Amino acid sequence: MLIKQLSIFLENKKGRFTEVAKLMGEANINLTAFTVAENSDFGILRLIVSDVEKAIGILKEQRYAVTVTDVVCLRCPNVPGSLAKIMEIITEAGIFVEYMYAFSQGEDANIVIRPDNLDRCVEVLKENKLVLLAASDLYKL
Amino acid sequence: MIWNETIECMSRDEMRKLQGIRLRRVVEHVYHNTPFYRKKMQEMGITPDDIQTIDDIVKLPFTVKQDLRDNYPFDLMAAPMSEIVRLHASSGTTGKPIVVGYTRKDLSVWNEVVARCLTAVGVTKQDLVQVAYGYGLFTGGLGLHGGVETIGGTVIPMSSGNTQKQIQLMHDFGAKVLACTPSYALFLGETIKDSGIPREDFQLKIGIFGAEPWTENMRKEIEESLGIKAYDIYGLTEIIGPGVGGECECQRGTHLWEDHFFPEIVDPVTLLPVDPGQQGELVFTTLTKEGMPMIRYRTRDLTSLNYEKCLCGRTTVRMSRILGRSDDMLIIRGVNVFPSQVESVILELPEFEPHYLILVDRVNNTDTFQIHVEVRAEFYSDEMNKMLELKKKIAARMQSVIGLQPDVKLVEPRSIERSMGKAKRVIDNRKLV
Repeated sequence: MLIKQLSIFLENKKGRFTEVAKLMGEANINLTAFTVAENSDFGILRLIVSDVEKAIGILKEQRYAVTVTDVVCLRCPNVPGSLAKIMEIITEAGIFVEYMYAFSQGEDANIVIRPDNLDRCVEVLKENKLVLLAASDLYKL
Repeated sequence: MIWNETIECMSRDEMRKLQGIRLRRVVEHVYHNTPFYRKKMQEMGITPDDIQTIDDIVKLPFTVKQDLRDNYPFDLMAAPMSEIVRLHASSGTTGKPIVVGYTRKDLSVWNEVVARCLTAVGVTKQDLVQVAYGYGLFTGGLGLHGGVETIGGTVIPMSSGNTQKQIQLMHDFGAKVLACTPSYALFLGETIKDSGIPREDFQLKIGIFGAEPWTENMRKEIEESLGIKAYDIYGLTEIIGPGVGGECECQRGTHLWEDHFFPEIVDPVTLLPVDPGQQGELVFTTLTKEGMPMIRYRTRDLTSLNYEKCLCGRTTVRMSRILGRSDDMLIIRGVNVFPSQVESVILELPEFEPHYLILVDRVNNTDTFQIHVEVRAEFYSDEMNKMLELKKKIAARMQSVIGLQPDVKLVEPRSIERSMGKAKRVIDNRKLV
């Protein structure tokens, strides 16, 4: 139930993200979700893509600093209060969130979470009958 | 192994006697053949007769790089041009280049001293030596070349650059020895790793590196990356080129070939000799050169000398690692900073690649001090905090070593330019009035 996320170190220079997006596009790799964490001189681009192995191969060949991290992705109704409920569950279980990002689509919202304790997080979410997404589910989006 | 045991293992007394005889001869030679030196000696009221032993060297005037520029191109030659068989020149990043001339005998001295350096690190006539120093006006390529031929080894005269081919031929020919700048050695190490050719398919065992100052940490880095033993070869164009000295297999200091190049250490401010073993500016007098002898030439290199006999059996004086060329020293917000200090901090931290760039500028009348570094692949993180920790770590270490906190900028892999020759690691954009 874990999803592989790519993290790419990018200098804050004009056109860096454009290049990555282009490389993925040319290789027919779809970006399902992404987020950027940045400071004044560099950013970390976090990506969920349709073909992890292929994307890593291409990025490494182009000398990008790319790392792979396991993240949890869950689906919840796109209505007020559903995120609060999930966060409560996570907090009460004593899990610390390193970072998270989300995207919604019609009636559903998808949340990507990088917790400090992956296994515990998955366990707690399952106990609470939340819908965890597998990689294959995500790529269908 | 020792190339010239008589000289390299000579007693200190005999060496000083030999140096005295040779000093008298070279002073006589320049007094009569170089107006520049004669005039300087006359101004100081000395004649060649005042030089009897090596101790009298302190009576002689100093020579500095500007003297070579002022006498550009040939006014410091002490032999007629008909006797000069080779010219070399330094790149001369500021102003005129400096030009040096060699007689046939000068070239044979050069071959001899490079042969000593090669033999001292275990190179024999059986070995293939890839010379990846630049060939041409720069002394590196042809200097090493002549030494390898002298010991009867096989030269692969690659010159610098063309890195893919360097690796291919190193592999196909089975080169055992590599001679180049330490920064190019690092780049070759990286490229070999990228090539996918297994390390055991190479015969490479020995590296002879020089032409730019390098640190002990850089040595470790190169030895690990290339899987070789790395040795220092020291020299400067003004004195002869590479081969003024070289390390032996003990790696405990650079042996100076003092029967040809007499070293002194002086206080760079007072110009008085320092106490034995103390650090100061290295000064050379060429004792046997004919084409363009140098009298008490100030190298600007800061180091110290050790006259104890080495474990290898050689008695020749050993120089400690060059702290830096006093020309290279940066004064940032009133603090003296040597690029070698920055290098040693970066290389002692496993999280960073051994490539860096120092940028100094002045903004609103305040000096800025920025360092660009690349993070090693295995230390990249998806978490911003961890990446920022890396920056803090290096800045804190710099603060404690240099006393000045740099602004550290993490840059993308391979974005710092890899050098084929002498690396350019400092960019100082301050416009000083």
